[in-house]
Amino acid sequence: MLRLGFELARRGYGRYAAYPGATWAGVFTNTFFGFLIAYTLLAVFEQRDAVGDYDARDAVTYTWLAQGMLMTIYLWGWFEVALRVRSGDVATDLQRPLDFQGYWLAQDLGRAAYHALFRGVPPFVLGALVFDVLVPGNPLVWLAFLASVTLAVVTSFAFRFLFNLAAFWLLDYRGAGVLAMVASTFFSGQIVPIAFFPHWLAVLAWALPFAAMVQAPIEIWLGHAEGLELLGLLALQAFWAGALLLLGRAVLAAGMRKLVIQGG
Amino acid sequence: MVETFAIYRRIVASRIRSQLQYRLSFALTVAGNVLLTSLDFAAILVLFGQVDALGEWTVEEVALLYGISCVSFALTDIAVGQLDQLPRMIREGEFDQILVRPLGSLLQVVSADLALRHLGRLLQGLIILGVALTHVEVDWTPGRAAMPLVAIVAGVAIFAGIWVAFSAIAFWLIDSQEVSNAFTYGGSFTAQYPVNIFGRWLRRLVIFVIPLAFVSYFPALYVLDKPDQLGLPSALQFASPAVAVAVAAAAWVVWTTAVRRYRSVGS
Repeated sequence: MLRLGFELARRGYGRYAAYPGATWAGVFTNTFFGFLIAYTLLAVFEQRDAVGDYDARDAVTYTWLAQGMLMTIYLWGWFEVALRVRSGDVATDLQRPLDFQGYWLAQDLGRAAYHALFRGVPPFVLGALVFDVLVPGNPLVWLAFLASVTLAVVTSFAFRFLFNLAAFWLLDYRGAGVLAMVASTFFSGQIVPIAFFPHWLAVLAWALPFAAMVQAPIEIWLGHAEGLELLGLLALQAFWAGALLLLGRAVLAAGMRKLVIQGG
Repeated sequence: MVETFAIYRRIVASRIRSQLQYRLSFALTVAGNVLLTSLDFAAILVLFGQVDALGEWTVEEVALLYGISCVSFALTDIAVGQLDQLPRMIREGEFDQILVRPLGSLLQVVSADLALRHLGRLLQGLIILGVALTHVEVDWTPGRAAMPLVAIVAGVAIFAGIWVAFSAIAFWLIDSQEVSNAFTYGGSFTAQYPVNIFGRWLRRLVIFVIPLAFVSYFPALYVLDKPDQLGLPSALQFASPAVAVAVAAAAWVVWTTAVRRYRSVGS
């Protein structure tokens, strides 16, 4: 089972590794946006020294981490399962002797590994050359960050898998997809740190699963969560990852009961 | 020329009809688009929840920049957004078919589809522009009232020129899509913010090389009668139309050069 998962992950990795040109073009774009966002956030710190527990350096570091994680977490435009459902191919997928959700999760982890290495690290390094970014000195923080990003990918995947299943019931699965993208992009802290939100909105953001997808790893990197608080963040992410995966399984089961295979 | 325009109009009309066939689906997509593009503005509002001004610009003034940028970009996207399909057209050999037809290649590419779903972005931009114009403190004169419209027309030409020129990279580098995204979508994002908050090299880039500052920043300075933090000559505040013509001409040269050196992928 583990061997199969590893092979699937390798396939997921290879699918994206096949287009190095596109990767470098993407790095260029992420970096360009990183500059724009970093300057906007710095304009805020012209007016004040701190926003919540963020100082100017934290904000710049946030920018490059968020740009680096953008493709790794992959909140945008993933409709592969929805397309399988819509075309009816899901019927054959479900007959295969492997777990449907696990099959996609393994591939997504491989994809994430590729994107983390080639779309994540380069923009951060380029940003670090120009701006004063914070790099944690404690190797344990690095380890915790790595664990946190992995949990973030699983949470993001579980969520994407879930809204893709809307295709069982909705003809226009993209509508549900766009709503999901809007909510996850904003509440995950992908475009503005949650610390900048008005208090009530920040409370709402941390109560939703999205903060586990982007903001949680960033807080760990910035050292805003240490010791027990750090463990609490990881536990929160593990909770959302598990809960959304289970929900995905339940919805898949309901979808399968509804599925009518034509021509059988 | 007149004949070409008539053909373009007929192609576009047919694309519009085809997209209105599935009304509910169309309405949902437009609504989704409004939400998705509102995220940028939500980010601006979040920032202004923490400070009163960004680089000496108030939230109403930034909203004006945002509105001009957003409306210009939405119109551009509807008109030439199909250029994003160019790499695919080249890869699949569709561009070869275009070359043998007796109509300009650029015109055929941009009219291959008409992305009416971007009406959502247009609608959202118009609302914010309207709110901004009624909330900024301006001593209105005919010149100041006309400037947003001039800026939008010039903005469309500038964005379209950037889109055409950067899409043409695909004739050399097929995987370059995201590079042109940086300057099209990234360009619209850039023009939503006052240029004076950017670092020096980025300011120079968007004033002198890829003149995004002429889409919203300089026209807005004039409308708001605002001192330029950068201390550049005030003549620049009227330069957008001239810059737009220059960008369009440059883009045309890039496109024709690119098409001339194009070699088909087919055997």
